[in-house]
Amino acid sequence: MATHESHKKRSGLMDWLTTVDHKKIGILYLLAGGFFFLIGGLEAILMRIQLMEPDSKIFTGELYNQLLTMHGTTMIFLAAMPIIFGFMNAILPLQIGARDVAFPYVNAVGFWLFFFGGLLLNLSWFLGGAPEAGWTAYAPLSTVAEDTGVDFYVLGLQIAGAGTLAGGINFLVTVINMRAPGMTFMRMPLFTWASFVTSGLILFAFPALTVGFFLLMFERVFDANFFNPDMGGNVLIWEHIFWIFGHPEVYILILPAFGIISEVVSTFSSKRLFGYSAMVFATVLIGFLGFMVWVHHMFTVGLGPVANSIFAVATMAIAIPTGVKIFNWIFTMWGGQIRFTTAMLFAVGFIPTFVMGGVTGVMLSVPAADYQYHDSYFVVAHFHYVIVGGLILGLFSGLYYWYPRMFNRVLNETLGKWNFWLFFIGFHLTFFPQHWLGLMGMPRRVYTYMSGQQLDGANFVSTIGAILMGLGTIVLLINIIISASSKHAASKDPWDGRTLEWAMPVPTPEYNFAQTPLVRGLDALYVEKAAGNGEMTPAEPVGEIHMPNGSILPFFLSLGMFVAGFGFIYSNWIVAIVGLGGVLVTMFLRSVIDDHGYHIHKEEVEADIKGGRA
Amino acid sequence: MNAGERLTDANFPAHPEKATLEGKNKFLGFWLFLGGETVLFATLFGTYLGLRNMHLDGPSGEELFSLPLVFLATMLLLTSSLTSVYAVLSLKQNKVRSLQGWFIVTLLLGLGFLGLEIYEFIHYVHEGHTFTSSAFGSAFYSLVGFHGAHVLFGTLWITTLLVRNWNRGITLANAPKYYLFALYWHFVDVVWVFIFTVVYLMGKVG
Repeated sequence: MATHESHKKRSGLMDWLTTVDHKKIGILYLLAGGFFFLIGGLEAILMRIQLMEPDSKIFTGELYNQLLTMHGTTMIFLAAMPIIFGFMNAILPLQIGARDVAFPYVNAVGFWLFFFGGLLLNLSWFLGGAPEAGWTAYAPLSTVAEDTGVDFYVLGLQIAGAGTLAGGINFLVTVINMRAPGMTFMRMPLFTWASFVTSGLILFAFPALTVGFFLLMFERVFDANFFNPDMGGNVLIWEHIFWIFGHPEVYILILPAFGIISEVVSTFSSKRLFGYSAMVFATVLIGFLGFMVWVHHMFTVGLGPVANSIFAVATMAIAIPTGVKIFNWIFTMWGGQIRFTTAMLFAVGFIPTFVMGGVTGVMLSVPAADYQYHDSYFVVAHFHYVIVGGLILGLFSGLYYWYPRMFNRVLNETLGKWNFWLFFIGFHLTFFPQHWLGLMGMPRRVYTYMSGQQLDGANFVSTIGAILMGLGTIVLLINIIISASSKHAASKDPWDGRTLEWAMPVPTPEYNFAQTPLVRGLDALYVEKAAGNGEMTPAEPVGEIHMPNGSILPFFLSLGMFVAGFGFIYSNWIVAIVGLGGVLVTMFLRSVIDDHGYHIHKEEVEADIKGGRA
Repeated sequence: MNAGERLTDANFPAHPEKATLEGKNKFLGFWLFLGGETVLFATLFGTYLGLRNMHLDGPSGEELFSLPLVFLATMLLLTSSLTSVYAVLSLKQNKVRSLQGWFIVTLLLGLGFLGLEIYEFIHYVHEGHTFTSSAFGSAFYSLVGFHGAHVLFGTLWITTLLVRNWNRGITLANAPKYYLFALYWHFVDVVWVFIFTVVYLMGKVG
């Protein structure tokens, strides 16, 4: 066996910049996504402060539009998706009994592209103003805007989107090729299944957005005419492309949350998930149907009754597999030994909240009714119920659940419950009244309203709710700081877990499993616990473990994209060429430098096992 | 065995490109990537189909396109796909010089295609059909240009691959790379078949 001596241990900052370890990349995603979540949340609270009173003049006009655009864009692309990717990175390989992901290097490229793309977009605040055409950037709003805001939007998201696509392919291949012996598809935990389907949606949805961004960039930077009716262009092309991506994106976001809820509900009810195979089927079906409903965002465009009806029926059909899931979660809890930990509270809070968002979704799917709801606060209420009440509650649940595995500390449960109740009550206070604001005719995206139109009270309550959500998030931050300064390491299995991510000691060894585990059923760890083994049966003897080397190239590749982004934004071709040249050079270096990784010797692994470290 | 070691006829596996886990991962990952590329080109095709008659005062596709030239370009690219098949056959028989020869032919045919495309674009610009002249112009150059950029990237890729591995024979590390390039090249070829049909043939018959 050849071992390569080229491996050198890096420490501190260089370790984080060069890491290809999926567990560390997961933490990087979580930190960066969490940072952008705070920025997006701050933008939301500033908007709510402006809307607290009628005729308010705090953040008006252009500035309000910038806050609105950046809140939506940041939350979707730079907060929600990266946090999902954080959990996928940290947990998915462990759940299938893998030592690593399929493409550790590509995975690192994906993270750094997202990071530099998000950075580029947010630098717009300091460089001539943020984009102000809405997160959907409809043409001609986005094409006629003369400042550089929309350029930052296009380039920043293009770079971040490329990273997302890289991550999606990595997880698809990881799930298909890297499962431990015995881990059949129908034994995979629901979170892994949901992440798998989400990765498939990313693969087929993001390239459409890539083209959309290219067209918009060509239009703005190179004077193309795709969306300019004077030159034969058509603004609807942008809308179609955006929503062909945009609707699958909704399911890219929510499916992993469904996966987290399935894990948490099952663990804290001490029961296997009710209707496992129906859950898998429903996940796949939602992913499939998600691609054929995009026109429901465009009912009022005027595509005609036939198109509208077909897309309406397809949209309503999605309620069926979603309903299957809701009932299965309830039946999982039925008769279970329920433990109301913070993670479980978030999961239980998720179920009715998401149902409410689903109900308004079905209401909106009726085209005739949609003509009334369209572009009103009713729509704002709907999608915040599914995205915050669904996805974000799911992510909080996952954070409290997996925190011990990711950071070797348990979050404080008392603070966790404060976090939950403040956020949960704040959420409903914020968004429940917005249904009525919408039905009473308050349009979305408008920075003020007049008094005496019965909009004052609900808007005031909504702002109070937003502040409560902010307080809930601050409690979470305090909780994290307290846990980080605590000396009490978590135990390896604090929740009496059922799946493989709880089968190894904390901190998780860099090679995950000293010996690849043999999976003997659904809820692999629970199967062993029930059989009296308490731990996994190995599928192989102790041996050498092959590991990939870290690399700084993903960082520089993404930095090159970042530099090229500036070049395109300011039409400075030298900078653009230098940036893209840097990208090509890093690709070239990666291609010509042989890097076969290194091996951890059998003796080291044995020593780790003896010392309880593996 | 070290993945960088030259394979001999004695230890040559049936599928060198998929003989290691890394090879298997690359093989599957690249197929998936091509699935994403399909959506990318489908979106460009959709945009083109929506805008292809919007040529305003400029020349229409029917007036511009010269089928003999495009047919020649098509033949160059189709032939290059065939030669890359021969290269992969050589790969599976551990004939490294033959592999290099066929990939060089593939590369030259690809460069010939690019030359014709550049000539074609220059000709169109002189006819008044530019990227900014109309929505048709923007859509045409985006779709065909994206394909051309893929061909260009392919030529850089195979050049790097051949130069880097010139004296190394076939190894478990480079076999998947050669194979993936061939996959990519076929994909680019298939996209061109659609461009030839949708842009040029449909452009000629209205």
